Formats: sequence, C-alpha cells, structure tokens
Amino acid sequence: MVKHVDAIIVGAGWAGSIMAKELTEAGLSVVMLERGAERTTPVEGAYPESIDELRGAIRKRLFQNLSQSTLTIRNTMDQTALPYRQLAAFLPGEGVGGAGLHWSGVHFRVAPEDLRLRSAIIERYGEKFIPEGMNLQDYGVSYDELEPFFDKAEKVFGTAGEAYKVQGKIVGDGNVFSPDRSDNFPLPAMKDTFSASVFRDAAKNAGYHPYSLPAANASRQYTNTYGCQMGPCNFCGYCSGYDCYLYSKASPNVNILPVLRQDPRFSLIPNAHVLRVDLDSTKTKATGVTYLDTKTRKETSLSADLIILGAFQFHNVHLMLMSGIGKPYDPVSNTGTVGRNFVYQTITSSRVWLPPSTYTNQFVGAGGAGVAIDDFNSMNFDHGPLGFVGGSPVWVNQAGVKPIAAALGAGGGGTPRWGSAYKDSLVNTYKHSLGIDAHGSNMAYRDVYLDLDPTWKDAYGQPLLRMTFTWKDNDIRMNQYVVSKIEPIARAMGATKMNLVHLNAGQPFDTRTYQTTHLGGGAIMGENPQTSAINRYLQSWDVSNVFVIGSNAFPQGMGYNPTGMVAALAYWAAHHIRATYLKSPGPLVKA
Amino acid sequence: MEPTLNNPLRRSVMKGLLGTTSFWVASGNAHWAEALAAEAAQPYQPAFFNAAEYQFLESACERLFPADHNGPGARALGVAEFLDRQMQTPYALGENWYMSGPFEQGPANLGYQLPFVPKDLYRKGIAGVEHYARQQYGKGFAALSALQQDEILTALEGGSVQLGDIPGRVFFEQLRTNTLEGAFADPLYGGNRGLGGWVMLGFPGARADFMDWVNQEGASYPIGPVSISGETA
Ligand SMILES: Cc1cc2nc3c(=O)[nH]c(=O)nc-3n(C[C@H](O)[C@H](O)[C@H](O)COP(=O)(O)OP(=O)(O)OC[C@H]3O[C@@H](n4cnc5c(N)ncnc54)[C@H](O)[C@@H]3O)c2cc1C
Ligand code: SF4
Repeated sequence: MVKHVDAIIVGAGWAGSIMAKELTEAGLSVVMLERGAERTTPVEGAYPESIDELRGAIRKRLFQNLSQSTLTIRNTMDQTALPYRQLAAFLPGEGVGGAGLHWSGVHFRVAPEDLRLRSAIIERYGEKFIPEGMNLQDYGVSYDELEPFFDKAEKVFGTAGEAYKVQGKIVGDGNVFSPDRSDNFPLPAMKDTFSASVFRDAAKNAGYHPYSLPAANASRQYTNTYGCQMGPCNFCGYCSGYDCYLYSKASPNVNILPVLRQDPRFSLIPNAHVLRVDLDSTKTKATGVTYLDTKTRKETSLSADLIILGAFQFHNVHLMLMSGIGKPYDPVSNTGTVGRNFVYQTITSSRVWLPPSTYTNQFVGAGGAGVAIDDFNSMNFDHGPLGFVGGSPVWVNQAGVKPIAAALGAGGGGTPRWGSAYKDSLVNTYKHSLGIDAHGSNMAYRDVYLDLDPTWKDAYGQPLLRMTFTWKDNDIRMNQYVVSKIEPIARAMGATKMNLVHLNAGQPFDTRTYQTTHLGGGAIMGENPQTSAINRYLQSWDVSNVFVIGSNAFPQGMGYNPTGMVAALAYWAAHHIRATYLKSPGPLVKA
Repeated sequence: MEPTLNNPLRRSVMKGLLGTTSFWVASGNAHWAEALAAEAAQPYQPAFFNAAEYQFLESACERLFPADHNGPGARALGVAEFLDRQMQTPYALGENWYMSGPFEQGPANLGYQLPFVPKDLYRKGIAGVEHYARQQYGKGFAALSALQQDEILTALEGGSVQLGDIPGRVFFEQLRTNTLEGAFADPLYGGNRGLGGWVMLGFPGARADFMDWVNQEGASYPIGPVSISGETA
C-alpha cells in the first residue's frame, strides 16, 4: 500500500526546511526526505572534537559523499565530460540541514536591478550591448514584491548587519547601494576583524562605500521568530565547512528544525534518496515520489498532492530530468528549458602583505563577517565604456584561516611549494597577510548547460548529471576590471607586497580548486515557458503540483552569495502556495 | 581545558575515525594527553608501510618540510606516523571519492581520473620512486644526499617522471598534501608532535574563542596553542 501525505519535500536544507515550516503552518501533513544522515548541532558541533580541521574541511566530513553520486564535467560541448571524483571546486551538502549546516553565513538580499538585468541593460545600453550567445533574462519578480520575504528570512536567520535605508529614511552607515528596507536587521553588524577594519578605512579613503557584510552569524544572543535560540558568535574561525558549536551560525538545524520536529504534522526521513518524482499518465500531474532507503536499499513509494523539490540547484535539475518534468534543454536547437542557463560565480582571491610588525591573526574570523564595497557590483557603475555585463562586490571576509588550508595553498606561481624557502613564505603569509576577494557575477550562455551523462552512473544506477561549463570572455573581463580596482585600496592599506589574482583570457574552469558552492540556474524562473522551467512562483510550468526551490531559479549568477535570495524565494513561493494554490490547486500563471 | 573523557559519543567518534589501532584500544579511558605521552616514549611501529617504505617517507617528507630556522621538520613532527595512521582509515580507501569506471584520462583541469585510491598511490608511488632513484643514482632514495633527493622531488613535481602507471606529479601532490596535513593536523592523528606545527605559525589550535581578539590593531595573539586532547605548548 502506498502511503499518502499532503506534501512531500525533497531535501532537508534551507529550501526544504523553510517550505516544511510554512506548509505545516498551513495545516498540511508533510514528509521531508533527506538522502543523507540525521544531523544535529549537539552531536556534529560538539566541542572540542568539531574543532578539528583534518576531520572537517580537509576530509570533508559534512559534504556530499561522491562515492554514491557525483556529476560529470566538461568545459565545451565537443569534449567528453569526466566524473568529478574528488570534492574540490564546489562542496555540495548532504545530511539534515544540507549545506546550511556548514555554510559561512554571508546573508545578502539582492541588488534590485539583478532581478531585471536584461531589462536594465537594454534600457541603459540597448539590446546590442548583450553579447551573442548570452541568455540574459529577468527573474519575473521584483525587489518590492520580495522585500517582505527578505525581511522574514532575516528574522529567522538572526542576521547581523547595518542598514542604510529603512522605510525611505537613512538610518545608518550601511551599503549606500542597497535598496530600501521595511525594517532594520534583527541584530547589529558583526565587529570588524583587524583585516576588515584596515580594508574599511582604505576603501573609504579611496572614495568607495564600505559596509559590513550582512551575516547570519549572531552578533548577540538572539531568539528568532520561531522561538529558536542562537548564542553570540565568538569568531572561533571554524565556520565555513563546520557545524557551529556555539549555535551562532544560522542553520536549518538550529533555526527551524527544533520547532518543526515537535509538530505532529511533520516527519523527517533521513537516509532516503529520492530517485524520481512519479507522474501520472498525462505527465502533467505528480502523484508522489519513489525513494531508496540507502541503508536497506529498499525502494518505497509515497503519494502526495504537492511535491517540493529542495534538493539543491543541480540535484533539483537532475530530479526533473530523471522524472520527465519539463522539456530537457537542447543547446543545438535551442529548445527545452530543464538544464538551460546553468550558471556559477566568478571568484578570485588576491593577497596583501602588511609589514612584519603587523599580525593579521587570520585564524580569528566568522564566516559571514567582513567589510565589502559594492561600487563595482550589479548596475552600480557605468558599463558603457567597459563593454561587459555584470559586476563584483569586493571584500575582506576573514572567515578563519586554518593551518592545513594555509599550508596547501601557500607557494606556487613561480615560488617554491616545498622546502625551507616555502616554509619562510608560509609563515610570513600566515602571520602578516590578508585576503581580498572579488566575488562576482557569471552570465548564462547558450552552450553552458546541464543534461544527463551518457556514460557514468551513480550508486543507484541512474545516469550522472553532466555539466558543460567554462569561463567566458564577458565574465573574465568583468573580473579583471574589478580586480584592477583592488590595487589602489591595497596600497592605501599599507601593503608591503601584493598578489593580485584575476581570471585570464581563455582560462577554462578548473575543477581542482575550491571556488564557491554558489551554483545556479538550470531550472530557472521567468515569465515565458519557452525560456524558463518554472514560473515566477517557482512552480513547474509543466507539472503544476511540483515547485522547485533553490538557486536553480536564478537566470544568471549574481555577485552576491545566493542563500538570502534562496530563502526569500522559498518564503515567496510558500506565501503564494498558502494564499492561492492550496485553495484551488493548478497553475498560478497561465502558460 | 579539561576534555570530558567519559563522554561515550566522543569515544565512538574517535573509534570510527581511527579504526581499532592498538593505540586507541589500549588507551581505553586513559587521559588522552597521558596516552599520547606514553606513545611518544616508544618509537611508533608502522602498521601499513613496511620498514623500507617508512624510511622513504621519513626522508622524503623531511625534504618537503625540512627542519630549519622556522621550526621543526616533518621528521620531528611525526609526519610519517601520521601517514601510516591515515592509511588505516577509510580515507586510504577513497571513502568519499567517486571510483566507478570507466577511467578515461582528460585535460588536467577536469581533475583526478585514475583508478587508484590513496593506499594504492603510496604503494605504487613509493616503489616507483625507489626504482627511479636506483636507476638514476644507483641507490635507494633514503641513502641519497639531500641534494639528490631534492632533484628527484623536483622532477616528480615538474611532471617529467612516470612511476609505472602513476604519473610522478600525481604521487608528488598526494605526498605533499598529506605531509602538510601531518605537520598541521591536531596531534591526535599522530603528527604535529608537541604542537610544533602550530607554534611555528602562531596558530592557537582548538582555542576557538576570540571574543576579545576580533581586532587588536595588528598585535600578535599572546596565547599558545591547545590541542583537542588538552595538550598545550
Ligand atoms: C563551505 C560553504 C560555504 C557557503 N557559504 C555561503 C555563504 O556565506 N552565503 C551564502 O549565501 N551561501 C553560502 N553557501 C551556499 C549555501 O550553503 C547554499 O546556497 C544553501 O545551503 C542551499 O540551500 P538548499 O536548501 O537549496 O540546498 P542544500 O543545503 O544543499 O540542501 C539540499 C539537501 O537535499 C538533499 N538531497 C539532494 N538530492 C536528494 C535526493 N535525490 N533525495 C533526497 N535528498 C536529496 C541533500 O543531501 C541536501 O541535504 C556556502 C556553501 C558551502 C558549501
Ligand atoms: S565563527 Fe561564529 S558563527 Fe562561525 S562557527 Fe564560530 S562561533 Fe559559530
């Protein structure tokens, strides 16, 4: 007998947990299926064993176990894609909490014009400004529509920050480029580390507009809107890639699941790998899902009226392709939508050395804390003479540099990577330098996409997802331009030496070094079912009782970190499901 | 900081990590720091590597991370012991690597594509380097001068040497990575003896509390490191 619930949620990360909370509040019975293990902060975050770099970020304990499933990657369509066998370039999550358990906590809203980037570019520079082959699109939703949901998410995450404008009034020394807010941040901004304070002063003197990164790291004790509690962050430095032992970094595990788990309408099944969403014979209605118990290898089918995919960007795309939801994208005929507009993010980290009398204490840090400038992000500067689309915030985000990571990264680029000279430079770099990142946008292109691999399979016999991705000229030039702006700031910081790192023309995407886990697109939102897989409420155009929540919805990769936007989109979709869909299930937008 | 030694969770976690090596079975409920001290008193007996392989590691790792004016080298830090212990964990079996075939080679930027897990890389890699050393210099690696050893390591790093079915560069990177891990990981894994790696960098280890040190205007952090077991330096 197939068991029935009102709603099934695939994935126990931020997207899934927010949706589960909203749908149980609406009175629905909800089952959340998570392929990974049960995880709670008292266990995973326990001090001191969680303060272990080898077990944590180096052996990658909390991340996706690639031995079970991975994807294949190639740079161009004429290559054979090869499996991503070892975690490096990006680190997808697994287990209850998803990557939300071990993210860093930089918690942005969105630059309003990024939501309508195609329109904004055409208004300012004309349609010809968009390079051939670039699939520039609008989201189909505006900042004003999303604002209440950004606000709601910040109050759940306990976000620390300094506002610029609240209800039209300038209230503080926040980001002058940021849009109006209905309310202040729930917590004051995180303190500046020494390196961030030096950057703040230098950037201000150079005429830019530094601001405190909004951080879902609690700057004080906080009780969120659900009654979940966070303790103050002490800049322990074991943040990115770790479960926070002080309950200071927002996670589904700390900020949502403690209350959800007490709700009798909610159940969470870990070690449940969803193989597919089951559709009826019309292929326009989902009937439930089939999952594999990864411990017993037993397949189970569950039926439900509503299915939410919250499995993370590329896993959502994989599930859609495996289930036959929507039409797979074909770059040759330029038809289909599932897999289209796969995007990433450009990031380059430059290094600045201060005099030997100055210690940067890089082990001190919090994942979300730092100081940034937005002067070269989004549409905040004139692209006309530059001839590229997009931009980058620039920041010092000292998240806590630990010794193995520092040692592995030291040397290279013509300097020794071992031996005594290497040790000299490692010690000097560790004690006296700091990093400055250009963390920028990445546009979508017709020949950059996701589909199913013809050769390799996962441990459950399903084809791996195939990623066709490389850096393109527009984004490389954007990165180079923004990195050139770091030099005067570094000089003003009193640099004794600097290593400015940018992407190089023709440089292919390299899967071997960590960049970000800010993958996007592949099942994007939009107003036209020919060019988007989901509508502006993140509802599948093709199977209306399936909603697909995650950064898969982004038509292009933005300069900001994605999770604030993912959370706001989840609350936005949930609001419309509760207000409209549940009353009369069916498409919320006519195709 | 006093570890909570009777916490059953920690014990099971440690077992899972380190397998049932005699050290952890013997340590039972004993204080970790004491157990480590007792362990340090007698030389470590490698369980995965044979004596010749272990000797190779002792010399090669020391060239990669030599004792110098900065502080201790790989030998004093116990890097070879760290490596031997790692070879007895799931890591050595490529626990979270995708290891399904076919194994096709491609451009370097698409990442590792060999059918070998870390323990294979060591077995084959060490044998390959020893073979190369005898071919080039007529002696095993450990018997060569530091200069000759550096020549070999440079050749491996540069990619000009093939070690049987393993590219020399792949073995070099594996060895470099694990050597640096052994120099800087928490001493509970057998390396970073006496917290020597951390002292060198001014890294405070498991302190993980910098409430008052978020910004001290560039002053050097005044407190020495502490390990997970409570060892200080
Ligand atoms: C080290 C690191 C640092 C980061 N720092 C930041 C930051 O500072 N700011 C920011 O905005 N973002 C950051 N991110 C990104 C952030 O973690 C993600 O954007 C966010 O967690 C995505 O949430 P999600 O719910 O969409 O997906 P996830 O958190 O990945 O959750 C999806 C869940 O679905 C499960 N799942 C997948 N497939 C299946 C299946 N078939 N069946 C059942 N379950 C399945 C997965 O196991 C996972 O638990 C960081 C990421 C990493 C790795
Ligand atoms: S830096 Fe702060 S938020 Fe991050 S893990 Fe440490 S205490 Fe938690």
